Amino acid sequence: MKQIKVLGSGCRNCEITAKVINQAAAEAGVEIELEKVTDIAAIMGYGVISTPGVVVDGVVVHSGGVPGPAQARDWVRESPG
Amino acid sequence: MPDPFAWLGDLIAYSLIGLRPDSAAGTALQFFVMDVAKIFALLVIIIYLMGLLRALVSPERVREFVRGRPDWQARGMAVGLGAMTPFCSCSSVPLFIGFVEAGIPLGVTFSFLIASPMINEVAAVLLIGILGWKLALLYIAAGLIVAWFGGIIMQGFKPERWVEDYVWKIHMGDAAAQRPDTSLRGRHRFAVAEVREILRRIWMWVFIGIGVGALFHGFVPEQWVVENLGDGQWLAVPGAVLVGIPLYSNATGVIPVAEAMLGKGVAVGTVLALMMSIAALSVPEMLILRKVIRWHALALFAGVLGVSFVMVGWTFNVIT
Repeated sequence: MKQIKVLGSGCRNCEITAKVINQAAAEAGVEIELEKVTDIAAIMGYGVISTPGVVVDGVVVHSGGVPGPAQARDWVRESPG
Repeated sequence: MPDPFAWLGDLIAYSLIGLRPDSAAGTALQFFVMDVAKIFALLVIIIYLMGLLRALVSPERVREFVRGRPDWQARGMAVGLGAMTPFCSCSSVPLFIGFVEAGIPLGVTFSFLIASPMINEVAAVLLIGILGWKLALLYIAAGLIVAWFGGIIMQGFKPERWVEDYVWKIHMGDAAAQRPDTSLRGRHRFAVAEVREILRRIWMWVFIGIGVGALFHGFVPEQWVVENLGDGQWLAVPGAVLVGIPLYSNATGVIPVAEAMLGKGVAVGTVLALMMSIAALSVPEMLILRKVIRWHALALFAGVLGVSFVMVGWTFNVIT
């Protein structure tokens, strides 16, 4: 199962990002484990400054804005490469 | 060339709704419709083109560029890149911590924090389109100067002692390099996402700005403006800065307000001082920064900026 984390200190865009990813997973019929990381030290630990950021299986794949639905589909798809 | 946006404003305010062109409500509505159409059209085009060229710089990259350079170089880059980074004030805290962690001097970080909200490419193009290139250049030059010296003055007060302790302890991970998709399709997707992201963030400020501008344009009598806010009214400049401190808007949102004020004959320096004060100094931004630095430093920051904006305002009122 994919572990996806949304990095962000609880701003509105972080909520939207989590929703976009959940929706993409539901549409693709993939089960994911979504976690919201709000602790600033933890967020910075990933090297991310501009939130929201997205981490898939421990790798930062996105930062600085709400991702598009196409991007979210790529993340939830099983092992893309 | 007839202005299509003014034409649209005329059409809706005077022809469709039937307000009179010499009434306050009529001119206010005409201004509102014209500016909403013009500013949002320009915004979409500018942000899309910048996105396509990938001309918008992320704070992570700024941090990489600036770290480990001698002071003057670091400051030059912080000010220059700050002007190209449309970062959201909600990122100020991680940005501040990230800069501190990279060993970037606090004065340089302050220079960045001053330049970034005040100047950006999007606002620059809008300024040229709406207020003309002369005023755009004045605003940008003044903003860069204030950011440069504001940071140096802050450094002189040794602000390190006011930084919250936990900030020094955070260790920042290496940013995983995200390889951008540079195909035309990838660029297009990125640009569209950028347009949506930035518009989502600023549309409200732009609407409020246009609304305030429209009310000013329609309802404030020119006579009163010239007598109280025109040339030679020295106290108008500090007044404008004080009014601007609690008010906040994005750099784009202040442009229609400036447009309306200049149209009524408010002195140029007074308008510039108000624009800068609204865009760069705000209570919400201060509250956010309070998480990383104590009040002493923030009060000093507000003081240094306030005085700088007054100087800018007076200088431009004298030379124009």
